[in-house]
Amino acid sequence: MTALAYVPSEAQRRRAAYRRRQTITSVLVAAASTAALGTLLVVAVTGAPGWDRVRESFADPAIARDALPAVLTGLWLNLRLLVCCAAGALLLGLVIALLRTLRGPVFFPVRVLATGYTYTFRGLPLIIVLYLLTLGVPGLRLQGMPSVLVLGGLALVLTYGGYLAEVIRAGIESVHPSQLAAARSLGLNYRQTMRHVVLPQAVRRVAPPLLNDVVALQKDVGLVSLAGPIDAVRAAQIATAETFNYTPYVLAGVLFVLLAIPLIAVTDAVTLRAARRQGRG
Amino acid sequence: MPRSSGPLTLTALCAVLVSVAACAPQDDAPTDTATPAATAGPACSKDKLPTRTAGKLTVATDEPAYAPWFTDNKPESGEGFEAAVAYAVAGKLGYAPGDVTWARVKFDTAVAPGPKNFDFDINQFSITEERKRAVDFSSPYHLVRQAVIAPKSGKIAGKKSLADLRGAKLGAQVGTTSYQAITQVIKPKTKPQVYNSNDDAKKALQNGQIDGLVVDLPTAFYITGAELTDTTIVGQLPQVGAPEAFGLLLDRGSPLTACVSGAVDQLRGDGTIKKLEQKWLAQVAGATELT
Repeated sequence: MTALAYVPSEAQRRRAAYRRRQTITSVLVAAASTAALGTLLVVAVTGAPGWDRVRESFADPAIARDALPAVLTGLWLNLRLLVCCAAGALLLGLVIALLRTLRGPVFFPVRVLATGYTYTFRGLPLIIVLYLLTLGVPGLRLQGMPSVLVLGGLALVLTYGGYLAEVIRAGIESVHPSQLAAARSLGLNYRQTMRHVVLPQAVRRVAPPLLNDVVALQKDVGLVSLAGPIDAVRAAQIATAETFNYTPYVLAGVLFVLLAIPLIAVTDAVTLRAARRQGRG
Repeated sequence: MPRSSGPLTLTALCAVLVSVAACAPQDDAPTDTATPAATAGPACSKDKLPTRTAGKLTVATDEPAYAPWFTDNKPESGEGFEAAVAYAVAGKLGYAPGDVTWARVKFDTAVAPGPKNFDFDINQFSITEERKRAVDFSSPYHLVRQAVIAPKSGKIAGKKSLADLRGAKLGAQVGTTSYQAITQVIKPKTKPQVYNSNDDAKKALQNGQIDGLVVDLPTAFYITGAELTDTTIVGQLPQVGAPEAFGLLLDRGSPLTACVSGAVDQLRGDGTIKKLEQKWLAQVAGATELT
């Protein structure tokens, strides 16, 4: 059988043409409004009376070039710390969330400890945890004291573990009790229920806020510099102090944004995929 | 109080009255500050200088006065760097050591505007534009150097050369000349550690997280003498960056400023100050020069 070629009706063709025109109009309107706003912003900023001074002290290409190697070296430290701390904090958060959601009177002390941990470390300012661990703990002069970086990383893991634990717990509690009941009626024990039924759904649901916290962590890892190591922002601070020009800070800021873009893109992709899946299911 | 008798007392009293009367409006009249420079040049000798007490030079410092700037809180002994500088300046102006009397004035009182009961004050005053609005400074008698401090039992205590410090892990406060001194003068093999404040850095030094800490020399004296007494000064570093400068402090618009500055310049020019630094800061206080 040969299929008849599809010939759109006159009305359909008119409709398609109208839609095309509408699309072109909206693209043109969008372009015009963007151009207008852009021009307005550029004129407002560059026309400001202090613009030349601001450009000199915040966007001097020569100074940016000079500061780049040091800032990049610092950024490498940020990146390594980020990878280690993100992995550690996710793991710790998961463990704490599981402990906090344990049922049964026997586990009361465990739940209390886990709850106490999340209350304490979400409330405690990161800087103070960093001071205690990087400048306080080494004062004990114990054998085999790890380096400042390890201690600083530990402070970050402890603080962010608290946030992530709560996010994961919210995910676990969002899984409907009927899922648990169904799993148990299939003969899965508690651990199997968690592993195969609850956690996969929970983690998928809270993936966006989890990654959000990781992006926030990316900016906070640099605080380890208060104990001595030179991160990207500290390198920029040093360069700024030498020249009294703030361009290195702007440079570090740009690099941080560039570093965040892949993470944010992954977050968006994961969110989109989850939404699509749920829509399909 | 003037101890001389008869007409001398009268003259002295007049001098004091005149100088007080002359000073009072000057606090509010910046145009008058040009006067000392105009009157100074020819008349920098004992009999012509309008000091608070004629024929005597009243020098002030803080109570207590610390080593190595003074010795045993006794400025009149002339021992200690600043005591020695004060007597050298007095000598240049024609005052015998016996003509120098000491007054004790708190640091904060001295730098504040208001009447002064001294001819000049020597108390590690850094010359700053801000302070210049309230008081006068002589030309600098000491440019502050950077120094390395380390625990007495640490691995760099007692080292004598910059090369010996290359293998050490050093720390400094961010954005300071001390940090520049590490990266530009010592150039260690391990990256320096950088701290938000000297307090954090001192803690790290105490913990053994760094082998040595670089601070300016006066701070080094204070840390090793009063704060971390189990640390010691390893040595002074060669001059780097734009150093802080110590000047003698005088009343704003004081008629003595130009003469005192001239005396300091002469002492610096003929090497006296360098000799005094060698003696009191390097040898007696143990801040040897690292080369």
